[in-house]
Amino acid sequence: MSVDTATVKKVASLARIAISDADAERLAPELNNILGWIEQLGEVDTANVEPTTAVIPNSLRLREDVVTESDQRAAVLANAPQGEHGFFTVPKVVE
Amino acid sequence: MSNITDLGVAQLRDGVRDGAFSATEVATAFNDAVAKAKPLNAFIVETPEHALAAAKAADDARAAGETPKPLAGVPIGMKDLFATKGVQTTAASHILEGFTPPYESTVSQRLWDAGAGMLGKLNLDQFAMGSSNETSYFGNVISPWRRNDGGNAPLAPGGSSGGSSSAVAARIAPGATGTDTGGSIRQPAAFVGISGIKPTYGRCSRWGVVAFASSLDQAGPMARDVRDCAIMLEHMAGFDPKDSTSLDLAVPKWEAGLSGDLKGKRIGIPKEYRVEGMPEEIEALWQQGIAWMKDAGAEIVEVSLPHTKYALPAYYIIAPAEASSNLARYDGVRYGQRALPEGANLQDMYAATRAAGFGDEVKRRILIGTYVLSAGFYDAYYTQAQKVRTLIAQDFENAWTVCDLLLTPTAPSAAFALGEKSADPLAMYLNDVFTVPSSLAGLPAMSVPGGLDKSGLPLGLQIIGKPLDEQGVLNASLAIEERAGFTARPEAWW
Amino acid sequence: MTESTYRIQGDTGEWEVVIGLEVHAQVTSNAKLFSGAATAFGAEPNSQVSLVDAAMPGMLPVPNKECIRQAVRTGMALGAVINKWSRFDRKNYFYADLPQGYQISQLYHPLVGEGTLEISLDEKDPEAFTKTIGIERIHVEQDAGKLMHDQHPTRSYVDLNRSGVALMEIVSRPDMRSPAEAGAYLSKLRSVLRYVGSCDGNMDQGSMRADVNVSVRKVGDELGTRTETKNVNSVRFVMQAIEFEARRQVEVLESGGRIVQETRLFDPDRGETRSMRSKEDAHDYRYFPDPDLLPLVLDDAFLDACQASLPELPDAKRRRYESDLGLSAYNAAVLTADADTARWFEALLAESARVQKKGEQEVARAAANWLISDLFGALNRLGKGIDESPVSPEQGAELLALVGDGTLSGSLGKQVFEIMLETGDAPGKIVEERGLKQTSDTGAIETVIAEVLAKNPNQLEQYRGGKEALFGFFVGQTMKAMGGKANPAVVNELLKKALAG
Ligand SMILES: [Mg+2]
Ligand SMILES: [Zn+2]
Repeated sequence: MSVDTATVKKVASLARIAISDADAERLAPELNNILGWIEQLGEVDTANVEPTTAVIPNSLRLREDVVTESDQRAAVLANAPQGEHGFFTVPKVVE
Repeated sequence: MSNITDLGVAQLRDGVRDGAFSATEVATAFNDAVAKAKPLNAFIVETPEHALAAAKAADDARAAGETPKPLAGVPIGMKDLFATKGVQTTAASHILEGFTPPYESTVSQRLWDAGAGMLGKLNLDQFAMGSSNETSYFGNVISPWRRNDGGNAPLAPGGSSGGSSSAVAARIAPGATGTDTGGSIRQPAAFVGISGIKPTYGRCSRWGVVAFASSLDQAGPMARDVRDCAIMLEHMAGFDPKDSTSLDLAVPKWEAGLSGDLKGKRIGIPKEYRVEGMPEEIEALWQQGIAWMKDAGAEIVEVSLPHTKYALPAYYIIAPAEASSNLARYDGVRYGQRALPEGANLQDMYAATRAAGFGDEVKRRILIGTYVLSAGFYDAYYTQAQKVRTLIAQDFENAWTVCDLLLTPTAPSAAFALGEKSADPLAMYLNDVFTVPSSLAGLPAMSVPGGLDKSGLPLGLQIIGKPLDEQGVLNASLAIEERAGFTARPEAWW
Repeated sequence: MTESTYRIQGDTGEWEVVIGLEVHAQVTSNAKLFSGAATAFGAEPNSQVSLVDAAMPGMLPVPNKECIRQAVRTGMALGAVINKWSRFDRKNYFYADLPQGYQISQLYHPLVGEGTLEISLDEKDPEAFTKTIGIERIHVEQDAGKLMHDQHPTRSYVDLNRSGVALMEIVSRPDMRSPAEAGAYLSKLRSVLRYVGSCDGNMDQGSMRADVNVSVRKVGDELGTRTETKNVNSVRFVMQAIEFEARRQVEVLESGGRIVQETRLFDPDRGETRSMRSKEDAHDYRYFPDPDLLPLVLDDAFLDACQASLPELPDAKRRRYESDLGLSAYNAAVLTADADTARWFEALLAESARVQKKGEQEVARAAANWLISDLFGALNRLGKGIDESPVSPEQGAELLALVGDGTLSGSLGKQVFEIMLETGDAPGKIVEERGLKQTSDTGAIETVIAEVLAKNPNQLEQYRGGKEALFGFFVGQTMKAMGGKANPAVVNELLKKALAG
């Protein structure tokens, strides 16, 4: 598997991280190096092995259907970089 | 009593309880030490008023004749990955700069409830991604240690809990919280000659801890000795209904259960941990550790963990994959920094915000994680890694049929100089080779100092235990501590 | 089973339409799927948002048992396989209504597997044209928040009140072949959900909405490329969207174009679908198991309790109304289509049988007829649903009893019902206070008939001369003179005698 700069840019775009052409050039060999090393995992025979689902044997606990959180709009909005009238705001989205 | 800041958690607790000194004296002494230690860059935010308030509460309670709380009079450092109500919490990233949580993490709340006070928020590798504390947006943490070669090369305190390790080793905090995803408590503890334990996955609540890799992240204490770690862990661990992966179990009385007598215990020595290129001094320390185990009454058995060499590559799929998703919430909408270039639409804003807000290592891991999860690669990478993880866990299960605990080195080297490995991410990742397998299996594991290398730098030994056997891990670590007689400490140069 | 004959007529021949629906149904619950915030509709913006819903750093999901229970019950009502081992996965994409940057959903191991839903295409005779639509799966997932684009010239507003509300996504097989089938499927599904009580089915409040997958093909061909029209929120719009989209696809194909697999939006004002640019690049969702959540394992006790709590479902109820109560197929279908109607009818029926001291099957027809024609007619006029009826089932039963025992004539019954609607009073009280009782007093009726005959000598002569059609005239005059209160049967009998002379 070889990652070229176009792939780096595509992945960066999926991850919503703006990168320059120079960044992509720099990252491509770096990521190739890491991915190449990771690929040794392919050597392991995992034919009859289940993927790990829980690190420590345990299953999901369920909560009762009770409203435990009251209105905390002020706390929720307190750190917002931008907002008004009780809303978070973002650049206008055209759907 | 020469110097209050030379005392550890247990001594401070006992001294305050017995009236040897007041909690306020303790808090003041450590606050002053923190203020003087700026060159270490161990703290991102200092909170002397928090430490003093907790101290005053302890002193008032004592004056009123109340039973002291279990950590009354003990000020600690809080890794800046734990959300602290009203105190900036950044995970050492720019993207969270200025974020003031309106909530307190479960682990930190438990410590405050036990009477502890906070000296400040400790620096770390950005989003806990790193092994040298060189990825913090707020600058490198410097180890208080220096090589005995007369040079002044600043050394890495290890990572990601580098602020924690540096502060405890420098005696500017008697104890600190850490978090460990692939070794982030144990490796920095080893690098600075202190102790640190990562408990069984699920012992400590992850609620309110900035997530790196959810299936691996565990909080734990870092302190000067095993007893101090036991005390702190008792007041960090415990069931939390707000964390679905939290274990619904009572917290054992680990401090009371401490014993360095290992009679009847079988200690496994995994042969696959004898890696190529490992310094002779590490091997020698390991042998020394084996001798100490025998001296403590344990039986030594050779064991095999055949999939060990695949642990690191599996980890470098699973952790970045989880991180790429966990860090998607940092988008500049609800908190933290926003970058909004002229004319940017929503998606441009995300990309610009994240480009400006995340450091290089964080971006690198997000990209790897995004890549391994992306269409067409999921099975080959992620599913395969999770299968290998099952095999690694099975290796440990098999080992437990012949032994109770495992003894290994903590890291493949002593602390390196800052900048020495930062150019090669892969070389940096290899630092975690001994700590990652037990993380993947969710097992409790601890690092204790064993001795010094030729350069006068600390080296650590690691004890790995069965699920939930923190007591066994602590006791074997105590047996090492009692025999190693490790008293070396860095000379204050800051 | 009926084969659809619905076809789009193109220039190159007939096209068949293939339709699958993904219905998002909001689970009825007090709190959200993974947080303790409230789910009530219409709250102030961002007032029902917990730190978890806002995806604050370090926040973790803990699932709500009731949401799981309702999804399991829904699956059982659709005869579906319930998976005792399921998992939550993360669906990763970036959007301002999705604070976590991922939606917690279920891709690889959904809670509910395959089931079926039987639809009928003729409401007058439900058994005549039926079709079984396959259900592929039901999974549980989080709803997103809401964006408002019209509040500010350059900004969109984000409201996270819906963020984290529990949804069931009910995915059908591509088994539908016409807008009518899709409409029937959606209506029937809504009916089942309301019976089960797992979703209130309020499409106008967004509690139920459908993603409509449409493709076209020449009859007998392979499946064509489909488009997905998102979040269509009424049965009528679903049918419109399918019709528009099928025609559009036929036009594209016939003019040599290709259908792009894409997400589209339905514009109800124009009755059109259009491409959604904003979600174009979101195709690689990088699903993986949510590491914050362990596998969901259900035990037999939980499943048994879910099964035991299921009510009688609409098809079973309809068949029982026909066979046990002797109702017509149409009436049975109308009364069982909606859970509230059936519940109202059954209360009316039980009360009618009680007050009339008769068996339910003896009073069922009258009750059904009155409910369907009189009550529904009135509610329609008032623009109210049956759950808002100003008349209670007990009052309805009392009215039916008064008509049944002859106290009120049919027309008096209608008169009393109108007064009930206005005043909310019980029928007995109205009859008492207004003296609306029907009379069968032969002496009184005979006196009035004598007066009527005396006043209308011409008509009497014509009648006796053979113009028997005038009988109705005399009945009318007699009833009028008695203020409508005379028992018509008695009037008829006495008039015949008197006219015969
Ligand atoms: Mg859909
Ligand atoms: Zn969905």
